[in-house]
Amino acid sequence: MVQERVMEKLAILADAAKYDVSCSSGQSTRKNKNKGLGDTGGGICHAFTEDGRCVSLLKILLTNHCIFDCAYCVSRKSNDIKRAAFTVQEVVDLTIGFYRRNYIEGLFLSSGIFDNADYTMERLVRIVKKLRLEENFNGYIHLKAIPGASEELLKEAGLYADRLSVNVEMPTEQSLKLLAPDKNHKDVIKPMQYLKNEIIGYQEEKKTNYKTPLFAPAGQSTQMVIGATKENDLEILGMANYFYEQMKMRRVYYSGYVPISHDNRLPAIGTPVPMIRENRLYQADWLIRYYGFNVNEIVGFDQPNLDLDIDPKLGWALRNLHQFPVDINTADLEMIQRIPGIGFLGAKKIVAARTFKKLQPDDLKKLGISYSRSKYFLAFSSPFYLQKDLTPLQIKNQILNLQNSKYKNNFSNQLALF
Amino acid sequence: MTQILYDGSYEGWLTAIFEIYEYKLKDVVFAKEETSNTLLFSNTHSVTTDEVKANRVLNGLQQRLSHHGFHAIYFAFLSELDQIEEILFRFTAYVFASKINIERDLSRSEVLNVKKAAHLTGKESHRMKAFVRFKLTKDGLYYAIIEPDCDILPLIEQHFKNRYADQRWLIYDSKRKYGIYYDLENVSTVEMQFESNTSSSFLAEINDENEEFFENLWRNYFKSVNIESRKNTKLHIKHMPKRYWKNLTEKIPNLNKR
Ligand code: SF4
Repeated sequence: MVQERVMEKLAILADAAKYDVSCSSGQSTRKNKNKGLGDTGGGICHAFTEDGRCVSLLKILLTNHCIFDCAYCVSRKSNDIKRAAFTVQEVVDLTIGFYRRNYIEGLFLSSGIFDNADYTMERLVRIVKKLRLEENFNGYIHLKAIPGASEELLKEAGLYADRLSVNVEMPTEQSLKLLAPDKNHKDVIKPMQYLKNEIIGYQEEKKTNYKTPLFAPAGQSTQMVIGATKENDLEILGMANYFYEQMKMRRVYYSGYVPISHDNRLPAIGTPVPMIRENRLYQADWLIRYYGFNVNEIVGFDQPNLDLDIDPKLGWALRNLHQFPVDINTADLEMIQRIPGIGFLGAKKIVAARTFKKLQPDDLKKLGISYSRSKYFLAFSSPFYLQKDLTPLQIKNQILNLQNSKYKNNFSNQLALF
Repeated sequence: MTQILYDGSYEGWLTAIFEIYEYKLKDVVFAKEETSNTLLFSNTHSVTTDEVKANRVLNGLQQRLSHHGFHAIYFAFLSELDQIEEILFRFTAYVFASKINIERDLSRSEVLNVKKAAHLTGKESHRMKAFVRFKLTKDGLYYAIIEPDCDILPLIEQHFKNRYADQRWLIYDSKRKYGIYYDLENVSTVEMQFESNTSSSFLAEINDENEEFFENLWRNYFKSVNIESRKNTKLHIKHMPKRYWKNLTEKIPNLNKR
């Protein structure tokens, strides 16, 4: 490698890739065969950026040259920035060099659209093939599927990558038309649909023939930029739900828009990144995927946006006080998980511990459960005493007072905008 | 009060548990041979590590605990927390005194403290899978230095063996002065005094010619992926505690920068 040039390219092409928030590297099953290099198992965050996000993959663009002009993207054609492109070999050397030093779990490779979709996709595929076949590399690889690429290339990509993703970017067609005139939802949905069918097909085949090769074993994911356009959380979570249910997505990522251009279609530079909102969306997403909540329990037509000042579970509980109080000594796991302040693990611990004795408030503290937060929702075979007849607003204020919100600063910042 | 002197190993501690029952010792406190101050105690009982006795205790525990609970004892031991030997002794006493499995009886401090200690070790061993930073030497060895709070090398060995099956590597715990070394076949424990001399000229001498370039690439990458407008130092430090920084390439400024 010509060192100085590679150093510069890395700065440019990592910088351009960082707005893609996907980072996880778990949920794959590739094993190290024949004493090769690497495996994919744990999903380890090797480092954390100064903004606190996990770095587990070498996340770069193959190139930031692009024939399109999506307004929300730094790489867009009309943006006057330095352009660069890696060679196939450079990406391979970087990945292996970083992986061997235990800096990363693998590679996340995306790209601007260079020349045309297939030309770009073909290069991405060449890189994964080289890594797998020549370097015997079994680390994690997440490839971006370029919308418009041919099915043969997508198929090859699936055979060598662990995860594929096509970013929908905008939650609605309308916003996409506004900000990315060259794109439409159809171009994004089509490869998703294709990948979904292939993934299911390979999984089915694997059941009867263990020699069936892996095909994108970590599934596919997508990303939506939020706060760039005016969609509400109901629309966003509704779209996410569609992806989970219809496209069998493993993950939907929400990327709070970071203002990067002077474009009157978009929030001005200096507008704070909607971090709380992004966080609330992830919390809601989590409740839907793991806690058995229905989207409509969390947002609805009467209240299409998540509360910013409290988390969605507390929000739900306050709107549904009639379902409380819950007696943790008798209630089932499902319901205990729905109590604000008690998480997944906390609920499990409660159910385990109560087989030994009737739990008291003190026991909850010992189990590491935030009693001050959950007490409003707990009953009460004695000795839990009833927090008598507080209104939702009173409870909310008491909880807000005691949680010196970590987002307080951001929050007041944000309020000034509305 | 009886002071129990043992060699600091897990087998040694297990042997001690056996002998506490064997000799019906009361009010015990543990001390490692090298650090003890025998003069303070009127009664001192010296333990010689004995595989048979250790195994009998292990078998007894295994019968009374789940797989998970059984491992928690080892994990907790490796935490090296203050008085962990006594904490674990109280736990095992409760295990042996009860007819049923008590490991989920978390409202009892005997159980909870062990769980907490085990959790600490588990968490750090997970972290160390992430925070090991290998450097390549001229003769093809990937080496890393770590300084964990808990003694986690035995717990991460298999992970690195699976992952880096085709490269020779050494992970050295500079706090405990020993390392694990993989020679492309097996992992062995090596005791050594690692040079603390890390002047750049010394490193340049032993490191591969591309090593510094890769380190700088990584630092550069680490800087590039940060989004300034999302900066959150508190979260950053929570995930990457400062005490680990001195062995993290991306947190060490490049001193040679021209
Ligand atoms: S096609 Fe992709 S890289 Fe090109 S401008 Fe649009 S979002 Fe950016």
